[in-house]
Amino acid sequence: MTYEHHEYDVLIIGAGGAGLRAAIEAKQRGLRVGIVTKSLLGKAHTVMAEGGMAAAMGNVYPEDNWMVHFRDTMRGGKYLNNYRMAELHAKESPTRVYELEQWGALFDRTKDGKILQRDFGGHRYARLAHVGDRTGLELIRTLQQKVVSMGTDVFMEHKVLKLVHDANGKVAGCVAYSRPTGEFVTFAAKAIILATGGAGKSWKFTSNSWEGTGDGHAMALWAGAKLIDMECIQFHPTGMVWPLSVRGLLVTEGVRGDGGVLRNSEGRRFMFDYVTPMFRAETAETEEEADKWYDDHSAGRRPPELLPRDEVARAINAEVKAGRGSPHGGVYLDIATRRTPEFIRRRLPSMYHQFMELAGVDITTEPMEIGPTCHYIMGGVQVVADDAATAVAGLFAAGEVAGGMHGANRLGGNSLSDLIVFGKRAGEGAADYIAAGEVAGDMDMSEVEAAVAEALAPFEREEGENPYDIQRDLQEMMQANVGIIRTQSELDYALEQLESFSERVRHIKVKGGRAYNPGWNLATDLPAMLTVCRAVAIGAGLRKESRGGHTREDFPAADAEYGKFNFAHSTNGGNWDSEIVTERSPLLEMPEELKALLEEAK
Amino acid sequence: MAEVTMRVWRGDASGGDFESYTVAQNEGEVVLDIIHRIQATEAPDLACRWNCKAGKCGSCAAEINGKPRLMCMTRMDQLPEGPVTVTPMKTFPIIRDLVTDVSFNFVQAEKVPALLPPPMPEGGYVMFQEDVQRGQEFRKCIECFMCQDVCHVIRDHEENKTNYAGPRFFIRYAELEMHPLDTNDRRDLVREAMGLGYCNITKCCTEVCPEHIKITDNAIIPLKERVVDAHYDPIAWLGRKIRRRTKRSADDAAVQPAP
Amino acid sequence: MSTTATSTKVVLGGTRGGPDVETLRTDRWWIQPMVTASILTAFIIYATWAAFQNRYYYVGANVHRDLISPFDSPCVASDCVSGSKAGFFLNGWTLAPALLILPFPLAFRFTCYYYRRSYYRAFWWSPPACAVADAHGSYSGETRFPLLVQNLHRYAFYAGLVFNVLLTYDAIRALRQPGLGWGVTVGTIVLFINAALLWLYSLSCHACRHLCGGGVKSFKAHPIRYRFWKFLTPLNAKHMNFAWASLIFVALTDVYVRLVASGALTDYKLF
Repeated sequence: MTYEHHEYDVLIIGAGGAGLRAAIEAKQRGLRVGIVTKSLLGKAHTVMAEGGMAAAMGNVYPEDNWMVHFRDTMRGGKYLNNYRMAELHAKESPTRVYELEQWGALFDRTKDGKILQRDFGGHRYARLAHVGDRTGLELIRTLQQKVVSMGTDVFMEHKVLKLVHDANGKVAGCVAYSRPTGEFVTFAAKAIILATGGAGKSWKFTSNSWEGTGDGHAMALWAGAKLIDMECIQFHPTGMVWPLSVRGLLVTEGVRGDGGVLRNSEGRRFMFDYVTPMFRAETAETEEEADKWYDDHSAGRRPPELLPRDEVARAINAEVKAGRGSPHGGVYLDIATRRTPEFIRRRLPSMYHQFMELAGVDITTEPMEIGPTCHYIMGGVQVVADDAATAVAGLFAAGEVAGGMHGANRLGGNSLSDLIVFGKRAGEGAADYIAAGEVAGDMDMSEVEAAVAEALAPFEREEGENPYDIQRDLQEMMQANVGIIRTQSELDYALEQLESFSERVRHIKVKGGRAYNPGWNLATDLPAMLTVCRAVAIGAGLRKESRGGHTREDFPAADAEYGKFNFAHSTNGGNWDSEIVTERSPLLEMPEELKALLEEAK
Repeated sequence: MAEVTMRVWRGDASGGDFESYTVAQNEGEVVLDIIHRIQATEAPDLACRWNCKAGKCGSCAAEINGKPRLMCMTRMDQLPEGPVTVTPMKTFPIIRDLVTDVSFNFVQAEKVPALLPPPMPEGGYVMFQEDVQRGQEFRKCIECFMCQDVCHVIRDHEENKTNYAGPRFFIRYAELEMHPLDTNDRRDLVREAMGLGYCNITKCCTEVCPEHIKITDNAIIPLKERVVDAHYDPIAWLGRKIRRRTKRSADDAAVQPAP
Repeated sequence: MSTTATSTKVVLGGTRGGPDVETLRTDRWWIQPMVTASILTAFIIYATWAAFQNRYYYVGANVHRDLISPFDSPCVASDCVSGSKAGFFLNGWTLAPALLILPFPLAFRFTCYYYRRSYYRAFWWSPPACAVADAHGSYSGETRFPLLVQNLHRYAFYAGLVFNVLLTYDAIRALRQPGLGWGVTVGTIVLFINAALLWLYSLSCHACRHLCGGGVKSFKAHPIRYRFWKFLTPLNAKHMNFAWASLIFVALTDVYVRLVASGALTDYKLF
């Protein structure tokens, strides 16, 4: 068979913040760059980010610097981070943020005309550059406009099925299909950058869109790269819980940063009851002390509502379990009694509209009902911090699809800055790799043919199952058994179940033609979803402790031994249903001066 | 559980027709929920474009009972009783069912001369809230393209697509013209190639904007007034002659690499 | 679909989706253009009649009042009734003064961004309502003569300001009650409200907002113009309301003066 074919120096899969930033970098190095994205340009999940991007610019608190940011990131990640990524991220994010202004970004300003920064959970100082509560939109639009002005080829609504190697096992390209036409397309590239984002669509209550199916995670694994920390999944503490149709939809942490508090059905600010020893020294003990902090960080200690996300999500979960939840199974997030309506509408305009239009709730007069929602996967492709290279020659990864930066739990605001710091580094890494000259040869067409045949199989079956049924059941199963609080028996059950889901995926039947057929599109997403779910469930079963975004009912405490390594997964066979092999991958040894930074903080 | 009848346009470039589906409707649901229910049950191949389902990405624009709306932000209980009609955006060519080819907008995006700021000083640019807030309103745009869809200049006159940028891009030009760092002058470009004069300010773009951007009052009319400054106002012309102030034009920007 | 550096061309003529009908709207979208058309038509008919009537536009000393209709002020025709004359007059013009005066405020309203929206919808049906098909086969908007003249709106705005000053002067003059000294009648108040509404309509004009401050790039560098702009912006948001209120009230003012001048109504003295 012959397919539409394109050749590039650098091919970027994914057009969110990381992918676009990588494209700009590669383009500036004079390379031919192509971007492939599953939806339209500018619709990537980055637009959903609300609160801001963390960068220690010190515009609001001059005492802030990269060392404090590094420390906050490592503590938030429960020290499971790739320290080098956290270090580079803390050092480079201010430059990356300033750079956006050259390309047209308009951040909110301080009185003296600098970029305004806001408070967020886990960050010692007000550190998040933001635009109201739509910072992600600002980021993606800025990068998108820059990429377009540079004349980059963008293949919209193209789904990549599989990475393709050359004869020597280097990544040489990929095979995709166009969603509008259903026709297959091959891309040959000297280097490929994965920037596909997350995998949260496998859970029932999620803030992720249909795109978050873990395509990049799975493709990297199939291609021979390693996945780490897959058990570490962030459940954002504040998602909407009602109406059911929007359950999981994100409520920005900015609500709490701007003074919102959590209350149970008895009206109690329960977060004071859930301050863990690690954070006790810096967290307020009384409501009076906490309330002073918002205006002046030296007048009191931080309110407990601004603990890292994993801590808050667990607390909400516990309150609901204890019977002190709201009517629809959440708790209350109250900013109405604490700030003026004008303040709320100015600082949180999207939240105001979101609740007004979707739930009929006026957040300037009523509390919001919220509960945890699957939000972000800390785990991802294991990469070298400095150039974002994976274990496979020619393959790079940046953004949510890459693992290590956030350890066991990500701080709010660190993801947008992660995208631009490591997006740029991935672009540089790919350019350097190409400059070194050891690039891949021709694509192995047998890999292309196998992927095409697999994608078309659901049309050829006489009978079989509707992919939507499988997806719905998978989401329910993962939510019930691999959710916020986990236990061995449920994880074992989940692994068994995943085997039967694999069997069901082998018997999908798709109706209709190939042109813009969402049923077929879902059928081609499901293999990746299953690969990722299996890696998550395996990792969660092996990590017999609780740490960050991984909480075990049967092992409620952190275990220092488990803090020394990541679980790293690879496959035997490179197919979506191949056996997953897991090993312990020791953490990088931190230099003494960085260790000292963390010691100071303890 | 209530039931609702949906009349959904099914078809592609070769033709199409309405198909009726009667499905369940739960409390608080939006049109997109119902479309998803149809996909998950009766018609898995029903094509519809969506992403965030939270009114933030602007993917799911369609025409509901004849009006451009975001499917994810249109609550079923706020529509009048009776069957609900869902059709694709009319201004753009159909791909399939509710999905249209919006590449017109991406072509227009490529034509926008980039921001051209002065070199960044040490410690970042200094800009003030009062100067960024006008642009910030336009940067709320989620590119749902419903303003482009509803604009009769291209909705009812296909041939104008070659000489008209449309409301979405007028707010982009307004944003750049009001950007405190920009050194370009795009007024000629907006008047000539982008067809600002085709707009007869009937304000439908503002009416349909899901982000409530005051497209006409805050972007298009200020742009028209800026064009008047540059082209139609004899006193302003005289003033410029006397003061000899010339601005760089969009053409200059095209040959200068943006940073 | 894909976009590439070389694809900067719009492809025309793609098949569109949906049925080939004028509109699928099910609400009563035709009410708004109908109401607009009715009010504007009524105003034009009345103004034409009033202008050609060429009498009863001034209430003078004989009833101890000094009221002049906004349609006929300044009264610059050579045969203006005694007492109503402006400081100068056009020798030989014996038609109604309104015919000389009305073109200016009408030009202001005709080129007004809000009225353009309304009459393009209501009279020209281009389009009659949002997502309802345009009634015309081809369309060039305001790119050609005569509609290109709309770009001179700011000059009509300047002219409107001159009339605002004159009508404000008329309102102040209406405090004068020939033979009785100073006082306030219903007519005085009518003239003051009329002047106030016309000021609000003018100040809320889009051209005014641009000229006073909107045209600057940096508000920080022009703090005074920024303050003007901040003051005018909320007014501008209500431009539509002021447009209708002032239009209807100016006609009512004329009706009132006409009724008093013809003797059908007594202008009640308040104090």
